[in-house]
Amino acid sequence: MSQTIVLKKGLDIPIKGEAALRISKTVSPDVIAIKPSDFKGLTPRLLVREGDPVMCGSPVMADKKFTDILITSPVSGKVKEIVRGDKRKLLAVLIENDHESTRVDFGCKKVPQDAAEVKQLLLSSGMWPWLIQRPYGIIANPESCPKAIFASAFNTAPLAADAEFCHADEVNFIQAGVNALATIAPVHVSLNAEIASAFGKLENCEKHCFKGKHPAGNVGVQISNIAPICKDETVWTISLTGLAAIGKLMLKGTADFARKVAVCGPMAIEASYVDALPGFPMKSISGFYGSLADDIRFVSGDVLCGDSIGQDGYLGWYSDQVTLIKEGTERELFGWIRPIRYKQFSTDHCYFSWLMPWRKYDMDTNLHGGPRAFLMNDGYYAKVLPMDIYPLYLAKACLAGDIDKMEKFGIYEVLPEDLAVCEFVDPSKNNIQEMIAKGIDLMLKEMA
Amino acid sequence: MNKIFEKGGKLWWLHSTADAFDTFLAVPGTVTKKGSHVRDAVDLKRIIIIALIAAIPAALFGMWNVGYQHGLAIGDNRINILGNFWFGFLRVLPLYVVSYLVGLTIEFGTAQIRGEEVNEGFLMTGFLIPLIVPVDTPLWMLAIAVAFATIFGKEVFGGTGMNIWNPALLTRAFLFFSYPNSMSGSSTWIHFKAGEQAIDGFTGATPLALDGAAQYSTSFWSEFLGTIPGSVGETSTLCILLGAFILIWTGVASWKIMAGSVIGALAVGFLGDLAGVSAIPCWEQLVLGGFAFGTVFMATDPVTSAQTECGKWIYGFIVGALCITVRLFNPGYAEGMMLAILLGNTFAPLIDHCVTSTHISRKAKKIKVA
Repeated sequence: MSQTIVLKKGLDIPIKGEAALRISKTVSPDVIAIKPSDFKGLTPRLLVREGDPVMCGSPVMADKKFTDILITSPVSGKVKEIVRGDKRKLLAVLIENDHESTRVDFGCKKVPQDAAEVKQLLLSSGMWPWLIQRPYGIIANPESCPKAIFASAFNTAPLAADAEFCHADEVNFIQAGVNALATIAPVHVSLNAEIASAFGKLENCEKHCFKGKHPAGNVGVQISNIAPICKDETVWTISLTGLAAIGKLMLKGTADFARKVAVCGPMAIEASYVDALPGFPMKSISGFYGSLADDIRFVSGDVLCGDSIGQDGYLGWYSDQVTLIKEGTERELFGWIRPIRYKQFSTDHCYFSWLMPWRKYDMDTNLHGGPRAFLMNDGYYAKVLPMDIYPLYLAKACLAGDIDKMEKFGIYEVLPEDLAVCEFVDPSKNNIQEMIAKGIDLMLKEMA
Repeated sequence: MNKIFEKGGKLWWLHSTADAFDTFLAVPGTVTKKGSHVRDAVDLKRIIIIALIAAIPAALFGMWNVGYQHGLAIGDNRINILGNFWFGFLRVLPLYVVSYLVGLTIEFGTAQIRGEEVNEGFLMTGFLIPLIVPVDTPLWMLAIAVAFATIFGKEVFGGTGMNIWNPALLTRAFLFFSYPNSMSGSSTWIHFKAGEQAIDGFTGATPLALDGAAQYSTSFWSEFLGTIPGSVGETSTLCILLGAFILIWTGVASWKIMAGSVIGALAVGFLGDLAGVSAIPCWEQLVLGGFAFGTVFMATDPVTSAQTECGKWIYGFIVGALCITVRLFNPGYAEGMMLAILLGNTFAPLIDHCVTSTHISRKAKKIKVA
């Protein structure tokens, strides 16, 4: 195993409501949703019509550009509704669950040996979207050949699902997933140096140990500290959930999207894990929020970069976490000038919460100020970003739409999620993730 | 906020102003729309109020010193701390009223025109301006200078956060070059009531103008404590150090810039000592004139200083070194801090450009090797 990489910069956001390490429920909803917006870089083409029967693993939509990339159904049943928005934009495909889990058999009795076979199997089973390409964070191009494939075996995001708890019993599947992907490119797995990880046993991959605060667990930050991506280079990334799913495909021959989902956050009643499938409706976990739904923001993912989906929403395809936080619409009299705001967390020394590092806070969605132009300088943001880039310069280059500058300041290395902590600490309350996302969109448009 | 201030309401044209007072009273109940769903409790109002608090000791001492210097000048040597403070307070208060009135009016007006929220930046600028001008500055001059600095130094660039030069220092530079008679010489720093005049042998010149020589009782300690003539807030190095402590403790201002500036000043001052062009030891330069105030409160302005960590050292060094260079080698100007910082501000983007370019090429090499 290689040397431990210690990342000194970063910030663990002390938010209350960590999920207890137990499964409290199995969520088996009547309807699940597949939302094209979860798949960045995908232009959806529908392959089903309302009323069509589907099985676990049968295709629901495909990409218009790379028609081999399929999104497949995680449940068996029939297509209930195709939800469209303005200009007939496809918003979601709702599938009625018959609770029978009839699965398409991809006939995998032995693990495929070469890259072409593996790619073909992943594409046809709907497992391909697990592979995300960097730069840009889009679904990997099946025709390209990446330099390497990276996976992070721990998550440092606020209240993130515990990788050891979720996947320790799936190590054999993850190993099978690693073996399969290793036929395409060398696989790198990053481990948490602070615990004796169950994934330390993985073979056929290069392991790296990381120690540090969030975003040390972000695969982008890890890549940047292992081998930064430069122009004309692509790498792929995959989550542990994805590796396990690919492993199950390889060993069992079926598409299985089941996962443990952490239901957490300050508003979650008895925060814990549920056994679930992607796309389950929030209503099916109503036991976790009771009658308070109107004051709650439902976040599919973590509070830094998850999507707000609303109480009628559905879990994202990639998510293994639902965070329930309070909408912070309350006003605080003279909040900004009070010497001590005991209930508020700030990493800035203008407040005193940094003197109490053990405390967890009941955070809400209040912006805590008004939006302003950037006033603090780059160092203010760089102190929470363990990457060798200048975050403010990159954000400003994205704002200006200056591709040359964006390249120089490292747009290839980052995704919005990597700069989420910078956004959190920003006293000017700018949406830095949105700026980066727009910059990436511009790059995609220009490169196309 | 009341509906009449909302779009379409009767008082829509006042919405920025209403919003400013509203958010001044209470943290707004706005929630995050995009990106991170939770945010840090700190905002610019907080950061700026901390910077302002850090400058309060210097301001209070400055007010007292105005009274004290007046007493010395008219030969009144009685100890009267409160009396001196009150005398100074009444002289400085009009400067504050004019500074805030003119600056905030422009700030509110431009925010309204742009349809944005009022930025807090001028709270700090307006607080600093009276501290860096002579106490007897005519109020109309100050009003013109503040208006110039706010409009042409800040608003034309897009407001707080976009400006190139420190607006408070631009105010002073405007006064300095437009009305030199009111800004220098030995009679500007002491306030006299009508009919009063200085006793024989008293000079109101700053120790710097006298080049440290022959000044009555100007020891290092009185310079350090600040019982010397000068701009209102700049004299007491002790109070400024107190402010520096608050700024560094809270992280509002960069200690790297301050350290760089002190190193730069000592370096040039030391060379001056070696070459024999300086009449005073290099360390005494640090407690004279506006050096300390400029280093702690002006050079560290996060908008106009260097952005990069490495750049901050270089920027600080340049400011300190330039200040002492002007002091030692330019017989026309007794003090160089104002010009040094403004020049430093001008070069800050260039410094950052060099630092980031070096970083980019170093990184490119590293990737190539790997």
